[in-house]
Amino acid sequence: MDWNLLVTQLMNGLQLGLLLFLLASGLTLIFGIMDFINLSHGSFYMIGAYFCGTVVAKSGSFITGVIVGLIGVFAVGALVEWLIARKLYRKDHLDHVLVTFGLILIFDTLVHLLWGASGMAIPLPDVLNGQLSFGGLVLPTYRLLIIVAGLLVAAILFILVTKTRLGMLVRAGASNRTMVEALGVNIDRLFLVVFALGAAMAGLAGMLIAPITEASIGMGNDIIIVAFVVVIVGGIGSVKGAFYAALIIGLIDTLSRSYLDRLLMLAMPSNYAETAAPALSAMLIYILMAAVLAFRPQGLFPIAGMK
Amino acid sequence: MFRLPANLSGRSYALLLVILALAPFILEWANQPFYLDLLSRALILGIAAISLNLILGFGGMISLGHAAYIGIGAYCVGIPSYYEYYNGWLHLALALSVSAIFALITGAISLRTKGVYFIMITMAFSQMVFFTFLSMEEYGADDGLVIYSRSEFPEWLSMDSGVSLYYWVFAMLLLSLMFTHRLVHARFGRVIVGSRFNEQRMQALGFNTYRYRLTCYVISAMMCSVAGMLFGNFAGFISPDIMGWARSGELIFMVIIGGVATFFGPLVGTIVFVMLEEFLSAITVYWHLIFGVMLVALVLFGKGGIHGWLSSWDRKGADHG
Repeated sequence: MDWNLLVTQLMNGLQLGLLLFLLASGLTLIFGIMDFINLSHGSFYMIGAYFCGTVVAKSGSFITGVIVGLIGVFAVGALVEWLIARKLYRKDHLDHVLVTFGLILIFDTLVHLLWGASGMAIPLPDVLNGQLSFGGLVLPTYRLLIIVAGLLVAAILFILVTKTRLGMLVRAGASNRTMVEALGVNIDRLFLVVFALGAAMAGLAGMLIAPITEASIGMGNDIIIVAFVVVIVGGIGSVKGAFYAALIIGLIDTLSRSYLDRLLMLAMPSNYAETAAPALSAMLIYILMAAVLAFRPQGLFPIAGMK
Repeated sequence: MFRLPANLSGRSYALLLVILALAPFILEWANQPFYLDLLSRALILGIAAISLNLILGFGGMISLGHAAYIGIGAYCVGIPSYYEYYNGWLHLALALSVSAIFALITGAISLRTKGVYFIMITMAFSQMVFFTFLSMEEYGADDGLVIYSRSEFPEWLSMDSGVSLYYWVFAMLLLSLMFTHRLVHARFGRVIVGSRFNEQRMQALGFNTYRYRLTCYVISAMMCSVAGMLFGNFAGFISPDIMGWARSGELIFMVIIGGVATFFGPLVGTIVFVMLEEFLSAITVYWHLIFGVMLVALVLFGKGGIHGWLSSWDRKGADHG
């Protein structure tokens, strides 16, 4: 057993899980509170990366890029909520799917118009570009940073949701929207803030990954599906559920890609195992989701009082 | 109020079918073979849209994974051809049976859920199929698979030329239109439409709505796999890209442009979609922007798609309830 590889893969899984959490936490709140399916949530992920990349190219500072990018994505999210999403909450889900599918096309093309068809690389400062070694283990600094940043945002979000008035309203809204409205809360403003915050978190995920993969058109369209899987597995509306589910799915996806073939070789001839493993590992998270929906449709960590 | 759409013989739609039937001759005369290709593609996607409309429009089951069945149908041509089995009946039988089995299994799980969950689980299953084909190196993975020769049928049914393939597609299209019409007007269809509006009432009337919906889901999937089988033959090159979730989104879009829960709506929607795609993409590389804006506008301001506009012209001045 190669322990170095195992640790690296665990770190990669953790990293993917935390990125998924940044995407899924906003998605699950928008889903749970507004009952709104936002397929275009992945566009915020892409826009975040492009905003950040542009500012980094101008200013040369990665931190500035992230801060300006966050503000930018928050603004775009607020705009989308105010102009479009708000008019759709009371319509049916088919309308949500159509409009947000349209938004994906719009955002992808706008990025194409503004930044061109080729991707955008985001250079990292030298401090982050190196490697840290722990005993025999060598780990890239930047990947560690993603993990630390992801955990930090998760912690902030937990405090925000469990300790503040905004969080109280969010939780109340997720359990019983009508009651919150009846109590005289300005529901429009609450929705706006939740939507824009969700967008900003998705944007942050995009900014964090872009230095590794570079920013590209449609980069959010695949990962958003996995984020939806996270939302369903964790339980719609549940931030805690999204956190655990994101880590579980991040780890399953990463580890199965590198270890499933060996596992299958225990049960079948190695040439079959080598063919079956990639297909099976790609399907694994969807099988998990199907199993959750079939046996525990409310998700693994549902919030109390959710209908 | 919902009412079953007017019967099959609406005058404008009859005219459309006549034009489609004569299209190869018209295009031959106009010396525009390219448009026959375009029209074939539109009609193939039209069959897929009609099949989606059966569950989405009439049954109220919003599937965001229907393109998976196009993929299954197409690979049921591609994979046997890869092993040099060219028999068309084999391809057709494979497409129908593989899609039926897959739809039966996934439908049985999916239909236990409702609303958002159904949308998500259908999408998840289609992603599963997508990634399965994506990881099969033997069959080209994401590079795709070339189908060197079309499915072989007896001489009089051959689909080797562009025109004969077009008539294959047209015949299948007519078949699916008539089949949908028969189905929706039969007792079966009444139960499907009824359980879309009030499932409890249908259950109270003694119908096992789950079984009806599952049957409907399987039928729709099989119909869609025929579109996939035709697509494999038409394109001669298939890749997992044809069943990505964006494709499923486009299928919904086609149904909606034309008008949900109407017989001809999906067909008209698909033709409009394919033509728009063709002409807009010739004008600008940014044509997706126009599509996106159209989609948003259609939902925010549109009513009932093209079919809705047509019938509101028809009904102008008349009583509409």
